[in-house]
Amino acid sequence: MAWHGQTGTRRRWIVGVLIGVMALGTAWAPAAQAAEPIKIGFGMALTGALAGNGKAALMAMQMWAEDVNKKGGLLGRPVELVYYDDQTKPAAVPGIYTKLLDVDKVNFIVSGYGTNVIAPLFPIAMERNLVLMGLFGMANNEKLKYKNYFQIMPSGPNPALGWSQGFFEVAAKQQPKPQTIALVGADAEYPHNALVGAREHAKNFGFKVVYDGKYPPSTVDYTPIIRAIKATNPDLVYVASYPPDTAGIIQAAQEVGLPVKMFGGGMVGLQFAALQTKLGSKLNGVVNYEFYVPEPTVNFPGINEFLARYQAQAEKAGVDPLGHYIPPFSYAYVQILGQAVEATKSLDQKKVAEYIQANEFNTIVGKVKFAPNGEWAKSRVLMVQFQNVQGSDVAQFKKAGTRVVLYPEDWKSGTLIYPYSKAQK
Amino acid sequence: MKKTVPLWVVLGVVVAAFLFTRLGGNRYIYFAGYFVLQYIVLATAWNVLGGYTGYVNFGTAAFFATGAYTALVLILAFKATLPVQIVAGALTAGLLGLGIGYLTLRLRGVFFSIATLALSVVLQTVVSNWEYVGGGKGLSIIRPKAPALFASHAEYLFVVMVLLAAASVALAWWVQNSRVGRGLAAIRDNEEAAECMGVPTLRLKLFATTLSGCLMGVAGTPFPYYVTLVEPGSVFSLDYAVNSLAMPMIGGTTTWVGPVIGAVLLGTAQQVATVTISSELNLLIVGIVLVAFVMLAPQGIVGLVQRLFHRRSR
Amino acid sequence: MFSLDLLLNAIVAGILIGGFYAAVSLGISVSFGLLDIVNIAHPAFVILGSYTAYAMNRFFGFDPLLTGLLFTPVFYALGVVVYRLYYLGFERKGEESLRGLVFFFGVLFIVEVALLLAYGVDYRMIEARYVGQSFHIGVVGIAFRLLLPCLVGLMVTVALHLFLSKTFYGRAIKAVSQDSQALRLMGVDPVKIKRIAFALSIATASLAGALLILIGPVEPSIGREYIGRVFAIVVLGGMGSISGTLAASVILGVVESLTATFSGPSWAPAVSFGILLVVLAVRPAGLFGR
Repeated sequence: MAWHGQTGTRRRWIVGVLIGVMALGTAWAPAAQAAEPIKIGFGMALTGALAGNGKAALMAMQMWAEDVNKKGGLLGRPVELVYYDDQTKPAAVPGIYTKLLDVDKVNFIVSGYGTNVIAPLFPIAMERNLVLMGLFGMANNEKLKYKNYFQIMPSGPNPALGWSQGFFEVAAKQQPKPQTIALVGADAEYPHNALVGAREHAKNFGFKVVYDGKYPPSTVDYTPIIRAIKATNPDLVYVASYPPDTAGIIQAAQEVGLPVKMFGGGMVGLQFAALQTKLGSKLNGVVNYEFYVPEPTVNFPGINEFLARYQAQAEKAGVDPLGHYIPPFSYAYVQILGQAVEATKSLDQKKVAEYIQANEFNTIVGKVKFAPNGEWAKSRVLMVQFQNVQGSDVAQFKKAGTRVVLYPEDWKSGTLIYPYSKAQK
Repeated sequence: MKKTVPLWVVLGVVVAAFLFTRLGGNRYIYFAGYFVLQYIVLATAWNVLGGYTGYVNFGTAAFFATGAYTALVLILAFKATLPVQIVAGALTAGLLGLGIGYLTLRLRGVFFSIATLALSVVLQTVVSNWEYVGGGKGLSIIRPKAPALFASHAEYLFVVMVLLAAASVALAWWVQNSRVGRGLAAIRDNEEAAECMGVPTLRLKLFATTLSGCLMGVAGTPFPYYVTLVEPGSVFSLDYAVNSLAMPMIGGTTTWVGPVIGAVLLGTAQQVATVTISSELNLLIVGIVLVAFVMLAPQGIVGLVQRLFHRRSR
Repeated sequence: MFSLDLLLNAIVAGILIGGFYAAVSLGISVSFGLLDIVNIAHPAFVILGSYTAYAMNRFFGFDPLLTGLLFTPVFYALGVVVYRLYYLGFERKGEESLRGLVFFFGVLFIVEVALLLAYGVDYRMIEARYVGQSFHIGVVGIAFRLLLPCLVGLMVTVALHLFLSKTFYGRAIKAVSQDSQALRLMGVDPVKIKRIAFALSIATASLAGALLILIGPVEPSIGREYIGRVFAIVVLGGMGSISGTLAASVILGVVESLTATFSGPSWAPAVSFGILLVVLAVRPAGLFGR
């Protein structure tokens, strides 16, 4: 049994489920449907640590299914999404996907949100040679080199490096050239990867690393860390953090006063309205990564319409009201799968995988072409600077001008205010 | 003769499970089964200490993780096979249990519980700072080919878990019906009195913590091959601590059968809930059922059934 | 990388955080230290306090500290209810230790999940004028975000200390765990005294919660991070000693802060829990124990 379709007749399900629990797992057959649908199965973080993003991703995927079905479906068959809550727990993934494949008989699987729930999917996909679309996994395929894996986060063929490339490129161009850098990040999966890349960049660009530390995600107070960094007197501070620590670090930096030239880099959380509006003008001057911002230079066909529709629904669904980070990409990763099915006129895993590998796709996040390792052939991590942020109004982040793109050159929409202290004023 | 009965039962169950996997069918059953069986091991292990002696252990995750990380180290260092991992995991987790056992020398009751809680955090921090096993970011591993006779790892891990579950239940049964069990029960009822009566309380407590830790570790050893990602957050998940405590409480703590009933009911309910309702409600149900049981039916389901039986026979 | 002003700053930051830890730990110091009620759900009530402060701030623009104070009676009432359940279910039957522990474990989950259902997993923060402001005394910088919680924590500690040592009910609370029979002879109902004390301990959670959300963002399961820390403080401070709790809070705060500053923050939690394990093993009565 699964949640079919979009609208939640949730209470009825729950009652049904309770009865089901009593009957101890009586098998449920999905209601028969007229035309045999093409089923796409996945687990998604609807509860647990990543639920905020997981729910937004799901909403975007449902919008895609709606769009496709409005146009008559794929290969003349309607598309159906079959999904379960993976609770942001890797240990739940093997069970969920075997159920999807063996009981629900889905035609394709796509991953849930995040590196840790993608990793346990590989053995399952590889055992059966399935196409595996990944949603925001960081360097999952490095060791396995599975040829049917395609990941939509635009961090490029070498994710760890592509992630912070812009930060270092921009820094290296400034006059006088910065000499020293402090690296700091949470002790967890993503920051670890980001820092590995940053360390390598620091070496290549000739910055001296004067501080290199990680902190546990449960840290209460970040001022001691910021003070320790300040004591080493770095020109640049590269931070790889998760939302709560992002807020803590920016607050602490504000209080301690961080006289550096560039600050930020890999802070997760600044892409969302929640932190943007809370931190407000404290963000001015922070340089950070983004995948999409509403700047005039970053305009893909369909993205504005998508965001308008998404933003209209977001409030009610209780997800990020901006939808700049994950939603367009979660729409795109099923969009690519759909386009490949249409083009090959086939549900054959091998044919679809080969097609995705060989072709470029036009999606709402622009042109996407995959490298042999399943990452984007070319990195498109945007490096932006927060400028002119005033107060806590969310509307300012929907318009151009608050997050100016500095890198890559193709999308550049403004110039860096340098050093950091100048931008804060 | 009677002594060998559990051995034959364990063997029978495992052979039956193996034959079952030969029937084919969908693999989801094996994954769901693995989930429930893993909790049979954990709940039984928890009960050997918590139920038989009355020492509440909040650190199940620490022992489970010890097993999982021992297995991981062996995979990384020697590409060891699963049986080797299980034996090694049992040994290291048992050793940790022995250490915790010495803590009970000084700490009674709630202080012991708090110490076990702290143990989890300390171990998690240590593991998070240990780069060889992936640190805080975790490590994904590549499974070798499934051994002959098994179609895939799903079947293999399932049968292994059946063996582990059957063996731990048999052990719990044996402990309960031996002199050891009576000694442990005496500790639970009144430790001082037991000591005065000449019960070797220290030796018995050490035995219970070691066996309990050892079994919890065993439950964790197949984790690396099951998930293929070993990451502190999920290995030290509070789920293991909560469930391994709630299951015996709901099933009944005084006998070997209580944890099994609790694990089957609660484990199945959770597995069903995973593929149906949101896990928040799922957790809420666990919480409410747990509170309701400790308040209203302190002897668990086993106690309820016994009472019912009693009344009828009268 | 070592320098005097870093050291000074680390110590000051530790003291500030210590004052806040005291506010969180006081409730447990009373319930666990004085009443022998192992309320491991206390941090969950603190988080409940945080979300109350958040909701009042969000919808009515209330200052979090004001909310914390205003809601103490509500939390007191909640404490009365929880104690009633606990008393009926366990204490009356004399089964408190093992099953009571499990009971509070269940309560912890129910509170946490209820918050999850109501607010979701996202981190919540609060807006107040003084968040983000700071001032300097010499080389030492002090943030209002940390100073206020410390001051409030100190005030609650002092108030509780005075209440326990100067008032009749306060002394009765101190006596109840030691000799409830004597209390009974004096015509005082020990159950009532315990109820008052437990409810009081929950009432402090309202304030502590408001402080917590001032310091940083909060999400429903963050309380778990505090369970060990808080028990470490209470045990370290010597069960039920209010001044000991404060001293232990400051010690823990300073140790964590020094570790974070000088040897890399990733070891900070192990340090505090390591202290707990060592204290439990070597001197279970705590540093300031009787």
